[in-house]
Amino acid sequence: MGIIKAKKLVHEYIRRDEEGNVESIQTALDHVDLDVEQGQFIAILGHNGSGKSTLAKHINALLMPTEGSLWVNGMDVSEEQNVLPVRQTAGMVFQNPDNQIIASVVEEDVGFGPENIGVPTEEIWQRVEESLKSVGMLEYRTHSPNKLSGGQKQRVAIAGVVAMQPKCIVFDEPTAMLDPNGRKEVIRTAHELSRKKGVTVILITHYMEEVVDADRVIVMDQGKVVMQGTSREIFSQVGKLKEYRLDVPQVTILADLLRQSGLDIPVGVLTREELVEHILRIAQVD
Amino acid sequence: MSIILDKVNHIYSPGTAYQIQALADINLKIEDGQFIGIIGHTGSGKSTLIQHLNGLMKATSGSIYFHGKDIYDEDFDLRELRNRVGLVFQYPEHQLFETTIFDDVCFGPKNQGLTKEEAGLRAFEALRNVGMPEELYYQSPFDLSGGQKRRVAIAGVLAMKPEVLILDEPTAGLDPAGRDEILDLVARMHRERGITVILVSHSMEDVAKYVERIVVMNRGSVMYDGTPKEVFRHYKELEEVGLAAPQVTYLMNELKAYGLQVNTDATTIAEARASLLEALTGIDSQKNDFHR
Repeated sequence: MGIIKAKKLVHEYIRRDEEGNVESIQTALDHVDLDVEQGQFIAILGHNGSGKSTLAKHINALLMPTEGSLWVNGMDVSEEQNVLPVRQTAGMVFQNPDNQIIASVVEEDVGFGPENIGVPTEEIWQRVEESLKSVGMLEYRTHSPNKLSGGQKQRVAIAGVVAMQPKCIVFDEPTAMLDPNGRKEVIRTAHELSRKKGVTVILITHYMEEVVDADRVIVMDQGKVVMQGTSREIFSQVGKLKEYRLDVPQVTILADLLRQSGLDIPVGVLTREELVEHILRIAQVD
Repeated sequence: MSIILDKVNHIYSPGTAYQIQALADINLKIEDGQFIGIIGHTGSGKSTLIQHLNGLMKATSGSIYFHGKDIYDEDFDLRELRNRVGLVFQYPEHQLFETTIFDDVCFGPKNQGLTKEEAGLRAFEALRNVGMPEELYYQSPFDLSGGQKRRVAIAGVLAMKPEVLILDEPTAGLDPAGRDEILDLVARMHRERGITVILVSHSMEDVAKYVERIVVMNRGSVMYDGTPKEVFRHYKELEEVGLAAPQVTYLMNELKAYGLQVNTDATTIAEARASLLEALTGIDSQKNDFHR
């Protein structure tokens, strides 16, 4: 079993009126299957309302399945005694950096997590230093989080999770509130954690350019997994992606339009560099 | 001329250890009916700047004129200014508070002194303009999706019928479809009503697609002020200050550097495609015609 496994996972949000009668039922996850191997970098793409955040919240037992099952490192998340160990195994970084930082000094905020899981004091400081270093924020360790930029705050939030040494980190739209630089910083940090520390990373986003280097990309729509594959396979289906309301990068759309106009450009162009190569090749044909 | 800023400075916490010059010698002329984009990295001063435009913040030094009148003059009615210059903050749905959407949108007009009936008519019009379905008018704002909440918040400002509409990152946190909805709505307001629109954004692609003029803020000063094409020509300098030109602009410049005769002014996909087909047609459009 991979580190994360979901089988026919269903989650329904049930809205009740004042008397407790059911007013409406919203199926946010509709029989989702998922299998993630330790050390992989998985991206989950989907528009708002596709179910991706609901799925993410099952991974660290913030939500319980209505039907079906989800296992984290072999532990069934719906069993009460597993909740805390699951949360130690799978950490989570949310969208709003301000909602995740609670201390007035960066290093104290990062130490909060390890302290709460009972790590011995001396080891706490070791972990704080290591995790701040891993996100490139060590020189800000005594700063107030208030004065940091969005990208910097998110990196501190990530450090706080890393300090608890989880096997897996779920990033739930971590860049939605950041400017372009901040976004690059956070995604780069996520990749480094995966590459250098072997952390399993699950990145949830609607920005397609962020998933180019993922091992596997999953696309969700209306609570279901509708596409799955390598980033190139996913990027090849521009029409479908737009139907699923995803943000296809300009170069991918452009490459697709040029191909439709008769130019010899393959499907699934991921980056600007690739498109430049193809265009130059065509231009030099004679 | 709607708004003129003359040597405007703003210093936060002056005279303390936390002193920061957020705006440095800003000179800007905003004409009636323009559609302007303000871009800048976090901390560049753009949010500070727009809060000066409706008098929410006061300049430390310098002057601001609204239709020729000095807004810092004793006789100038700042409340009236705020009726005419509407500001939609980032994450405007955080401002929603009423029990129904309809009542929330009525709040602004009521505060302008309109009667209940007049406010109601404004609310209907505004909600219709932002495309909210009528059956939702009496729902709680908190039952809506993020994109819907945002449209209600914008309706709340539109109901006050401002001449100038300023939106601070109106698409932050929305998915692509939500983003298109909001920007199309704003563009429509500009087209149909002729209101002056000022859009603060991080997304270069969005800004390039909709606005006619871009003001680039960097560390409290205006770095560039011109049409999208003019501004994105400086894509290298923009990158140095933490911004970027649209992806296609980089693409075209790179191809030009390799000797391909393409239009480096292209800032949208359509422009890039047209230019590329022109440059490459005759070379590959017919497979059996390789030699020119």
